[in-house]
Amino acid sequence: MILRLAFGSLVARALTVGMTILAIALSVALFLGVEKVRTGAKASFADTISGTDLIIGARSGSVQLLLYSVFRIGNATNNMTWKSYQDIAARTEVNWIVPISLGDSHRQFRVMGTTPAFFERYKYRSGKSLALRDGAVMSDLFDTVIGADVATTLGYDISDPIVVAHGLASFSKHENQPFHVSGILEKTGTPVDRTVIISLEAIEAVHVDWQSGAQIPGQSTPADVIRQMELEPQALTAALVGVKSRLQIFGLQRSINEYPLEALLAILPGVALQELWQIVGIAETALIAVSAMVVVTALIGMMATIFSSLNERRREMAIFRAMGARPRVVLGLLVLEAALMAAIGAILGLALLYVGLFIGQPLIDSAFGLWLPIEAPTMREVWVLLGVVTAGAIVSMIPALRAYRMSLADGMMVKI
Amino acid sequence: MPDADTILGLDDVHYRWPGRTSFGLHVPNLTLAPAETVLLLGESGSGKSTLLSLICGTIIAQSGVVSVAGNNIASLSAGKRDRFRAETIGLIFQQFNLLPFASVQDNILLPLQFAPMRRKRVTGLVAEAERLCRALGLPGDIMTVRAGALSVGQQQRVAAARALIGTPQLIIADEPTSSLDAATQATFLQLLFAQSSAHDTTLLMVSHDARLSSQFDRVIQMADIAQTVRGGT
Repeated sequence: MILRLAFGSLVARALTVGMTILAIALSVALFLGVEKVRTGAKASFADTISGTDLIIGARSGSVQLLLYSVFRIGNATNNMTWKSYQDIAARTEVNWIVPISLGDSHRQFRVMGTTPAFFERYKYRSGKSLALRDGAVMSDLFDTVIGADVATTLGYDISDPIVVAHGLASFSKHENQPFHVSGILEKTGTPVDRTVIISLEAIEAVHVDWQSGAQIPGQSTPADVIRQMELEPQALTAALVGVKSRLQIFGLQRSINEYPLEALLAILPGVALQELWQIVGIAETALIAVSAMVVVTALIGMMATIFSSLNERRREMAIFRAMGARPRVVLGLLVLEAALMAAIGAILGLALLYVGLFIGQPLIDSAFGLWLPIEAPTMREVWVLLGVVTAGAIVSMIPALRAYRMSLADGMMVKI
Repeated sequence: MPDADTILGLDDVHYRWPGRTSFGLHVPNLTLAPAETVLLLGESGSGKSTLLSLICGTIIAQSGVVSVAGNNIASLSAGKRDRFRAETIGLIFQQFNLLPFASVQDNILLPLQFAPMRRKRVTGLVAEAERLCRALGLPGDIMTVRAGALSVGQQQRVAAARALIGTPQLIIADEPTSSLDAATQATFLQLLFAQSSAHDTTLLMVSHDARLSSQFDRVIQMADIAQTVRGGT
């Protein structure tokens, strides 16, 4: 009955209580939303590459190599030579190796030269392979396979022509050697979705008439002639490597890092990702702190609401006291009321989060390539919700103690 | 000291509000017999509310003895005093008597939440609440109505039912008729007397309306039983 009366008292102040609950709900939804985005981004990053033991590139920083080779963020400061690549490919520890050549672009999307092995060896989301939504992998020198976002954003279909631009933000285009879309990949939620994939030889092919980063004036070799050429790359941006035995990873890594003919760097993707998390850790902590402060602000708002209601509720408390309720019952009622508001706010916040996820999931995915899974609340989220309810109860102790003292002072003869 | 036949006894009671040295109350002697109906008349500021708070045990006299149903209020711990009040005393205020958001039934049964002995005396809680409502002239279907939706007269009757349920030995009514019109006032008092008499309950009613005097067994002037102390320590 006391619980029913506490609830009834809340309902009687529906507007102010409702606004307080809404503030708590929004703050909880924001906090959990930030958590979801944070863990989703981490998972999305971690899921981008799977099953690759080492990434090799010219010597730079491990995070830089990871970012430009896998995430297409930033650029390589140097290339590795084709000879070094062949040396490493010939090593007995190497099970498979996939070359990556970056540098050109097509309408803001990166162009990547590679071999057909890329489609077989590149794995994401714990071992998932790339799949074609439409068409087939490259069979002609000027064929290209495009990622799902490239196709969607640019409205491309099979057989559509693509002209590759030289460099990332260049007005020079390889217009004499247009490509045709031979295949469109299924959506992966990785940077592959935003990549135009061509063969390693095609990278050489579009640069036949180029020298020192500029087209040779008046020279334009016909495509059919180029097809007959022996096209061997001179340099690569990076290479993805799988070893035969996991025990050989560190030995091979050390050996590549000490490669005598060229300054190379071999990194373990997982370790480089950890380094990346450490770099972004401060921003991540700041983000959590800001959203936690929003929750604290909402709880302080609740405390202010309870404080402001105390005077108008002195009669209510006096009635309880007159009926025999101890002052601590009055205190308990206010704490219970606050815990109830915080609990309803927390549950409503969780509901808002899921509604937001249902609506926002495809939009965030298409806008940022960030896939936020809709799953049951994690234990961490459950603890956050319990923490909000507990914090609400603790915060309410301040006005509740004041009510306690008021009920002692007023007794039952309060005149309002 | 009050003898065992008194339901309420005050003996040389002194009280001064903490932090308010300007007002104090001294009650040399006051006794009420079981089943007696007493009207306590007094002007505003004569110390009526302080006296009622002393009887209810929400404040404790600095000296002297306040005894209710043979129990010295001051000898009880704070928790026991609250429970004792719930068990022994039914209260009716001047106005704003009820929890407006709660149903009539919840309001009437509220004191029983804190008074297990009083609760035991009632067989069939809802049925007894309905019976009291009917006896006080309230419609039978009023139990589920929100108290805030009732008229002032109806609210005072519900408050009376709440004070009467479980037959407490003493009912204290603090100007319960002041917000009622004359006709409603008379009906309310008749019903309250009838129910008090049916359960041998002592009724101490505070008022400043001397016209009610004829309806009570005894009339006490506040000025005759208590001295207020103003100024100094």
